[in-house]
Amino acid sequence: MDFSLSPRAAEFRSEVRAFLDANLTEEVVATMHRTGTFNDKDFNAALAEAGLLAGAVPGYGDRDPIELYILFNELEKAGAPYDGLAVTMLVAGVINAVGTDFHRKQVLDRLLTGRFNCCLGYSEPDHGSDVAAIATRAVRDGDQWVIDGQKMWTTMAHESDWAILLTRTDPDVPKHKGLTMFLVPMDSPGIEVQPVPTMATERTNATFYDGVRIGDEWRLGDVNGGWSVMGVALAFERGVMGGTNPAVPLLRHVRNWAADAPSPDGGQMIDDPLLRERIARTAIANQVGQLLTLRAAWIAATGGLPGLEGSMAKLYATDRYQQAVGWFQQMAGAEGLLGFDTAGAAADGWIDYDARHSPVTTIYGGTTEINRNNVAERHLGLPRAR
Amino acid sequence: MDLALTADQETIRGVFADFFTAEAGPDRARAAEPLGVDGPAWNRLLETGAPGMGLPESAGGGGASLTDLAVVAEELGAAIAPVPFIEHAVAARLLFATGACPDAVVGGTEIATLALRPAQGGISRLVPAGAVAQHVAGLDGDRLVLASGDAPGVALDNHGCLPLADRPLGDAMILLEGTEAHAAHARALDEWRTLTAGALVGIGRTALDLGVDYAKERQQFGKPIGSFQAVQHLLADLPGLIEGARLLAAKAAWAGDGGPGINGINDLDNNDVTDFATLAGMALVFAGEAAATATDRSLHVHGGYGFAEEYDIQLFYRRARAWALTLGDPSRECRRIADLLLEPSEHAA
Ligand SMILES: Cc1cc2nc3c(=O)[nH]c(=O)nc-3n(C[C@H](O)[C@H](O)[C@H](O)COP(=O)(O)OP(=O)(O)OC[C@H]3O[C@@H](n4cnc5c(N)ncnc54)[C@H](O)[C@@H]3O)c2cc1C
Repeated sequence: MDFSLSPRAAEFRSEVRAFLDANLTEEVVATMHRTGTFNDKDFNAALAEAGLLAGAVPGYGDRDPIELYILFNELEKAGAPYDGLAVTMLVAGVINAVGTDFHRKQVLDRLLTGRFNCCLGYSEPDHGSDVAAIATRAVRDGDQWVIDGQKMWTTMAHESDWAILLTRTDPDVPKHKGLTMFLVPMDSPGIEVQPVPTMATERTNATFYDGVRIGDEWRLGDVNGGWSVMGVALAFERGVMGGTNPAVPLLRHVRNWAADAPSPDGGQMIDDPLLRERIARTAIANQVGQLLTLRAAWIAATGGLPGLEGSMAKLYATDRYQQAVGWFQQMAGAEGLLGFDTAGAAADGWIDYDARHSPVTTIYGGTTEINRNNVAERHLGLPRAR
Repeated sequence: MDLALTADQETIRGVFADFFTAEAGPDRARAAEPLGVDGPAWNRLLETGAPGMGLPESAGGGGASLTDLAVVAEELGAAIAPVPFIEHAVAARLLFATGACPDAVVGGTEIATLALRPAQGGISRLVPAGAVAQHVAGLDGDRLVLASGDAPGVALDNHGCLPLADRPLGDAMILLEGTEAHAAHARALDEWRTLTAGALVGIGRTALDLGVDYAKERQQFGKPIGSFQAVQHLLADLPGLIEGARLLAAKAAWAGDGGPGINGINDLDNNDVTDFATLAGMALVFAGEAAATATDRSLHVHGGYGFAEEYDIQLFYRRARAWALTLGDPSRECRRIADLLLEPSEHAA
């Protein structure tokens, strides 16, 4: 076994780190948390100009999955606004895998400039985990389709030029068999985007589709073949595009805080034995999260099909992130309750931030329970529960 | 980056998996209680050259790397093989590094071990494999010494039926003194941590297999219990924990082998850790936790039978704890890791 990066991958990582040093300014970070939009088109475009963005598309170009992992892992560790980028590049990967020349020219080429965004329109108000049950209808009308319905949690819809939209095209067959995926231009008449604020800094959206007409050229994959397109998208999402090292920036903030924070027992918090133990335990969890993610990337890079490795990494890392946040929030005491821009806030408000943000990590991108179901049935071969 | 075993390591894995399962599996572990060592199995292991495999070929050994040994350790753990392979391999490497390894230790006709704790009043407490080892290497003050003599042949009665014994280190041969002595012992201890982590990965792996097999077979309410979601979810967390522990132990072994690209980094802010001492500690803590969780949940899935002596899962449950805790409290180990990751604390306990 060899845990070192290849010279090429190490070089790529240095380039990404140099890019972040130069471009991830305090202003960029402050703006993302102030606006709730974890997407920065100037930042994305600068990444593209630096030649680093084509590497962000799974399965595209000459970057391999290890480099894809490196890019998103560095963005995540640095606390950069990458949510919009991850979703956009995921869609780029789906287009690359199943799209037409029209989709590549109209959408993929533009996404690679960093100036354009895509969002994911799967979830609905009444259908989340059971996403194959969605109700948004698409009805054929000659060369066109007419879309009616509502999506929920359409994060980045307000920034996006297109959405990939999961629709029901045949209500009379079993639920997985009547779905079709579309790439929908967000400026189509009949689309409305409403903000949905959250308990953390990030915002998301509800999106409404009222008689939206699009040409058949916007269909992604076969009619009633939407579930297999979802399969491609989920394989990318539950892989290596961030989300498995959230406690790395947390630990950095805690360590910086503890170096200066006085302990109620005298001395500095950094000398508190329990805090030191918990820092070490979190550092161990961060290593494990990284190794599990690398394994998923490495399997893909060596021509294998990562199955549930990405799910296992997410299950593990998000659980430990929440545990670590709980520990550090308690140990920061009342100052840990104070938010960004509040004088005296522990870790400049980052502990409050992580305690607000961490609950969503076991919900979005497939809940912990859904991931456990998948591991139980598809990895351990246990009989189906439902 | 290469996360696969080499072809040679695959061969090693297969050979030892077969050997341990056939000659030193859970039935033998059960029969070997309370001493925790199956003498005939060790003697058959000698025929394979395993005891000296971690020494260079020039010293009559097998030239195996720490990574190779970790592969063996996982298979040993998977079968809870009652043979002191890990302690012997680590002690033999230490003896070689500090001078010369006696032929009887290279060949394994005499068993060597590492005293984990420094001697107090001339005695090192709870020496792993101390019940059966003729040679005990350990620290007595600022000296690394080798105490040779008859093994007591009885273990202190303990949770995991491990061959633990208190061993005197007074009147022993001095191998090294001063900082060299501490450095050599620290290195050996990190190798022991790494290989014990490997063994704990094996324990976790088999515990999961036992739990899954049982959950598929056992029927209640007219269905296999493995179709109940509560049971599924107890087990579904385990593959990630076990794989994570395997990767961390392998990374520690890779760092210990000092391959290219090793630069001994402890960069907490970037989650970049390649320092052997740090990784060895991390691997032991994490593998101990993974094995404890896996055996705990698997035992629970067995219902009352999990608590019965007759079922194998209790053998794994007790060893998961005993192997992980022989060195001491994991919280203390974590504070030691923190000292490596951060500036050492003045107040560190
Ligand atoms: C901030 C945020 C951003 C998001 N971004 C997007 C996005 O961009 N695009 C998009 O399409 N979606 C997005 N989502 C939606 C997300 O994918 C869903 O929230 C998630 O899939 C869960 O669906 P739900 O919220 O309807 O919960 P439900 O499915 O109603 O689940 C409620 C609870 O029941 C449990 N549960 C459900 N089914 C089972 C089962 N079979 N077994 C055991 N337990 C079960 C769940 O684990 C959960 O704990 C986002 C969500 C949030 C909060």
